[in-house]
Amino acid sequence: MDERERVNSGDIYIKPSRDIAARRMQDEMVIMSVKDSKVFSLNPTATRIWSAADGATSLREIVARDVVPEFEVDADTAYQDAVELVEELAQEGILLLADHPIGKEGA
Amino acid sequence: MDRLGEAVVESRGGQVAVVIGGLPINIQSENRSFIEMLELRYAGFVGEPARGSIRLEVEIVEPVDDGESDDDEDLEVRFTDGRWTINRGDFRAQWDPVSLRGHVRQSAYPYAIDSVMRIIHSLIVAERGGFLLHSASVVRKGRAFLFSGVSGAGKTTISRLAPPDATLLTDEISYVRRVGEGYEACGTPFAGDLGRSGENISAPLAGLYLLVQGRHNHASLMGAADAARRLLRNILFFSDDAGRVEHLFGSACEFVSRVPVYELTFRPDEKIWDIIG
Repeated sequence: MDERERVNSGDIYIKPSRDIAARRMQDEMVIMSVKDSKVFSLNPTATRIWSAADGATSLREIVARDVVPEFEVDADTAYQDAVELVEELAQEGILLLADHPIGKEGA
Repeated sequence: MDRLGEAVVESRGGQVAVVIGGLPINIQSENRSFIEMLELRYAGFVGEPARGSIRLEVEIVEPVDDGESDDDEDLEVRFTDGRWTINRGDFRAQWDPVSLRGHVRQSAYPYAIDSVMRIIHSLIVAERGGFLLHSASVVRKGRAFLFSGVSGAGKTTISRLAPPDATLLTDEISYVRRVGEGYEACGTPFAGDLGRSGENISAPLAGLYLLVQGRHNHASLMGAADAARRLLRNILFFSDDAGRVEHLFGSACEFVSRVPVYELTFRPDEKIWDIIG
C-alpha cells in the first residue's frame, strides 16, 4: 500500500507516547518530551486530535467526529492535514502511530 | 519586600554560609584563601552557618594541565544510589539530598563552586514548585518582574535601563520560589554582563516578560500554552531524571496559569519601563 493509499484508507491509529508530560491549557496542549526536554504546543485543532488519541479510534474517525463539525472544514483536507500533523509528532517521538489499534503496551 | 539574611560577613575558620532564596549552603574548605575569596564574592549573601543546612566540603586541587582535561567538558548531572553526581571538566562533585552533605573537588577558581551552587539550588527549588530561570529580575514598588531570554536577548540591557527606584535582583539567573498561591523572585549573587550581584531581597512576582528586540516598545499578553513552552526553554534544569523533568513541567504550567506572561518587544531606551507593571 503506497502513501496515498494508506492515507486514504483511514487505517491510522494514534496514541500519546509514554515518555511525555502533557497539560491542557485552555484550548491548547503543551507537551514535553521527557527524553530530550523538547517542548511543543498544539493549537486548538491539533489539541482536539491529541485529546481523542486513545489508540482505538482511527484518525479518520477522530477527524470526522471532532474536527470537521467543529471547525467547518472540508473532510478530505482536514484528514490530509491531520495525517501530516500526526506524522510530524510521531517523528518527534511524542506520538505513537500504527496501522492497527494500539493497546496499553504501545504500538 | 523581605530582606533575606543579614549581610554580616562573619564566618568561622574555613567556612562561609551563602544564603540564596532563604536557603543556606555552608561551604567549608581547608584552603582559607579560597574561603576568603568567596566571602568577598558573595558579600551581601553571606549569613550565619545554620544547623541542618546544606554543607559542601570543597577540596582545592591544582588545575590539571596535561592537555587532556577540558573545562568545557559537558556538564553531567546524575542521580544514582540516592546521591547526585555533578561533573564537568573543571570540577567533580557529589551531594546527598538526605544528609545534605556534599563534596566538591575543584581548582581555586570560583566558577566551579558557582556552578555547583546553582545546580543544587535548581534541584531544591524545583522540588518545591519553583525554578531558576535565565532571566533578569527587578523589584519596583514592592513587586518583582522577570525579563527572560537567551544570551543577547536584552536581559542586561533592560536591567541597565531600569529607573532609579528599581532594585536589581539579578541580570542573569533569577530565583523563583513558590509561596502559597503565588511566587516570589529572590536576589542572587550570580551576575551576568552587568558584573555585579543583585540585592539580597525578595518580592512577590507580578509578571514575566519574554524579551524580543524590536523597533517599538510593546507588551502583549501571551496565551498559557505558548507561555509555558517559551518559559520551559529558559529554565535552568540539569537533571534528566524523568520524574523530576515531569514535575518541573507541571511547575512551569502552574506558573503560567498564575503569573501573567508577556512578550516584550523593546528598543533599547528607558521608555520601556513606562509599560512594565
